[in-house]
Amino acid sequence: MDMSFSPEEEAFRAEVRSFIAENLPKNLAGKRRSEYTTREEYLAWHKILYKKGWIAPLWPTEYGGTSWNVTQRYIFNEECARAETPMVLPFGVAMVGPVIYTFANEEQKKKYLPRILSGEDWWCQGYSEPGAGSDLASLKTRAVREGDHYIVNGQKTWTTLAQFADWIFCLVRTDMGRDTASTKVQEGITFLLIDMKTPGITVKPIIVLDGAHEVNEVFFDNVKVPVENRVGEENKGWTYAKFLLVHERSGIAGVARSKKAVERLREIAASETVDGKPLMGTDEFSRKIAELQIDLSALEFTELRTLAAESKGQHAGPQSSILKIKGTEIQQRITELTVEAVGYYAYPDARGFGDNEYPVGPDYAVGQSGHYFNMRKASIYGGSNEIQRNIIAKAVLGL
Amino acid sequence: MDFSFTEEQTLLRNSVSKFLADNYKFEFFKKNSRTDPGWSPSVWKQFAELGLMAAPLPEEYGGLGGGAVDTMIVTEELGRSLVVEPYVQTVVVGGGFIGRGTEAQKAEWLPRIAAGEMVIAFAFAEPQGRFNYADLVTTAKKQGSNYVLNGQKAVVLGGPWADTLIVTARTAGGQRDAKGVSVFLVDKKSKGVVTRDYPTVDGLRASEVTFENVEVPAANLIGALDNGLELVELVTDTAIAAHASEAVGAMKVLLDATVEYSKTRKQFGVPIGKFQALQHRMVDMFMNYEQSASIALMVTLKLGEDTVERKKAASAAKVQIGKAGRFIGQNAVQIHGGMGMTDELNVGHYFKRLTMLDTLYGNVGHHLKRYAQLS
Ligand SMILES: Cc1cc2nc3c(=O)[nH]c(=O)nc-3n(C[C@H](O)[C@H](O)[C@H](O)COP(=O)(O)OP(=O)(O)OC[C@H]3O[C@@H](n4cnc5c(N)ncnc54)[C@H](O)[C@@H]3O)c2cc1C
Repeated sequence: MDMSFSPEEEAFRAEVRSFIAENLPKNLAGKRRSEYTTREEYLAWHKILYKKGWIAPLWPTEYGGTSWNVTQRYIFNEECARAETPMVLPFGVAMVGPVIYTFANEEQKKKYLPRILSGEDWWCQGYSEPGAGSDLASLKTRAVREGDHYIVNGQKTWTTLAQFADWIFCLVRTDMGRDTASTKVQEGITFLLIDMKTPGITVKPIIVLDGAHEVNEVFFDNVKVPVENRVGEENKGWTYAKFLLVHERSGIAGVARSKKAVERLREIAASETVDGKPLMGTDEFSRKIAELQIDLSALEFTELRTLAAESKGQHAGPQSSILKIKGTEIQQRITELTVEAVGYYAYPDARGFGDNEYPVGPDYAVGQSGHYFNMRKASIYGGSNEIQRNIIAKAVLGL
Repeated sequence: MDFSFTEEQTLLRNSVSKFLADNYKFEFFKKNSRTDPGWSPSVWKQFAELGLMAAPLPEEYGGLGGGAVDTMIVTEELGRSLVVEPYVQTVVVGGGFIGRGTEAQKAEWLPRIAAGEMVIAFAFAEPQGRFNYADLVTTAKKQGSNYVLNGQKAVVLGGPWADTLIVTARTAGGQRDAKGVSVFLVDKKSKGVVTRDYPTVDGLRASEVTFENVEVPAANLIGALDNGLELVELVTDTAIAAHASEAVGAMKVLLDATVEYSKTRKQFGVPIGKFQALQHRMVDMFMNYEQSASIALMVTLKLGEDTVERKKAASAAKVQIGKAGRFIGQNAVQIHGGMGMTDELNVGHYFKRLTMLDTLYGNVGHHLKRYAQLS
């Protein structure tokens, strides 16, 4: 047993670090909380990684992956977090891409995969519906076969950044006989790839707690989708969707980004003063941060244990729900403590200042409370933390 | 022992709650707080007509002679409706300071507060000072019959709407000395008062206020020169009590909304309220709410006790309300799922208000320490 990195791994780290240092545009690094990353900014970083061949470390090399082992992927994530690069959004590269190279036909692979890698196509995820959140299989959006098309009617919701998307991957109901409360509701679901420019699609913004336009409602009114846009078999979409949900949990804990965020929090607490002395030097606050860091260290090793098992071919399975629960709880705790750290300057609404106007208070405080409010989403999406606990109870503990 | 309300108090509650139910629905809150000037002078006037400003003020100065319990009733109702108008700042803080001023000060200003003719903001926090009222860089120097103020105040809530500022400044001693703190009433139109106004995350407005050689008549010194710190603590403890019941009002709305939602929202073929994991969570929300209502009552009734008891009660309230506000707010959002994350639903707005009420006059950590030091 050994937790140190080999010389090769250290060399890899140095390579990644210098690549980022040389290629990450300054204006994209560590953006202030109030400045929401634009479509262009996401894509700029995406394209830099694409050119280098590093956009999809998880993909098999035949489709454009990197053939990195788990340690290298871990190092890569760490270095990106350290440099505070923009995120690579999961919808194309981490979600629909793997579904396509695992379940789609050759033609589909040729058509979609290169454009996912290059960033030419922006994908969004059309799973949730107003009536189908935690109970996803109860979804009602229908696709009726007419010749070589499906006619899609219904509504998706909470669709992240659909306003930027070229394509949406959707779960739709094709077997109407099974949309009742029967135990087999999962069987009538089909996985469709839909061009967002198709007539009949309407996208309506949903504004979230910090004022961001982050999610949307997507309406389908007699939308004609070619049958060739179906992934795999009709009525078997649930299998593919589930694959996507459990596929590759590494990174879901967000450990590397959280470590960086704690570092930032410590800097803030070192700048804030209580009776003339740094907040970071008070027993009360330094203990809170210590507790957070201890939690994070434990999570890091839980993740490393999972990765180690995975690299030996053992699939972590339901146990990876721990990573989702603890990871998001820690992310939320960091934002909570940051709000606490900035004191009265948690009050100003970062969105209340014009583009050319300088906000009030210290720079590091700007937008922190908005970020705290926004991060409440993390325990709701991606399978809520209650649902994750149910999974552990059932599938791990056998209750 | 008797925790029942008088007939007048019950009438007061009914009239506030009816007025707000009719005139201050959630949609009104949103529109009101988001369109300039971000508050409603007409609602303010109607508050005065309903006697809300007069309620806790002494009868000889245009008040109705009520007390802390009346304030508690009013602010709890204001909290239920997310009211932004600066009631606590003007009536509890402004009225609290002036009510402990000279005869002339009381006679000049209290009747105007009672009539709704005055809007007051309290400029006490400074960028370096965090929650320590004595950590003051702002100075006031005597010059003839005036004091001259210089300095900067941070996040003055209701600042943009105020015509009058109550300002803490150092008149003697070092930056953090307990002695040497004085309190002044400053006309916001005075020469040298510069404000920068902005919205806050919980739907209020605030100002950064800079004082550049601002001349304030010596007659506007409130309380004893150099010995203002205890007065500031007393008045802010009173404000803490008022905001505690405001928070209790907000918590109740969140609790009720969440329980109701869990009975109607169905997943897996049943209302989500049937899941025991959520039932226990809502029971915890309920207990948090009850404990908060208790402590809000406790601090209200202890405001008149000796200094140590009063301070302990106020700090206890801040701790209980801060923790409960966070728990109830976060879980109301969580149990509403994606809906809880939306700007459209009221839930998130109550969550934000409760979050910020924890910061105001010192957060949980600050008051735990204060309580421990007093015990
Ligand atoms: C910011 C954000 C972005 C999102 N992005 C996307 C996206 O891009 N694409 C997409 O398809 N979806 C997206 N979602 C949707 C997300 O996956 C759902 O919100 C989530 O599945 C929860 O569903 P719901 O909101 O309908 O809540 P509900 O399922 O109604 O749940 C409400 C509450 O009940 C609890 N609950 C439900 N069932 C149980 C149970 N059996 N036991 C205990 N508790 C239970 C939940 O945990 C939750 O607290 C996003 C959501 C958010 C908030």
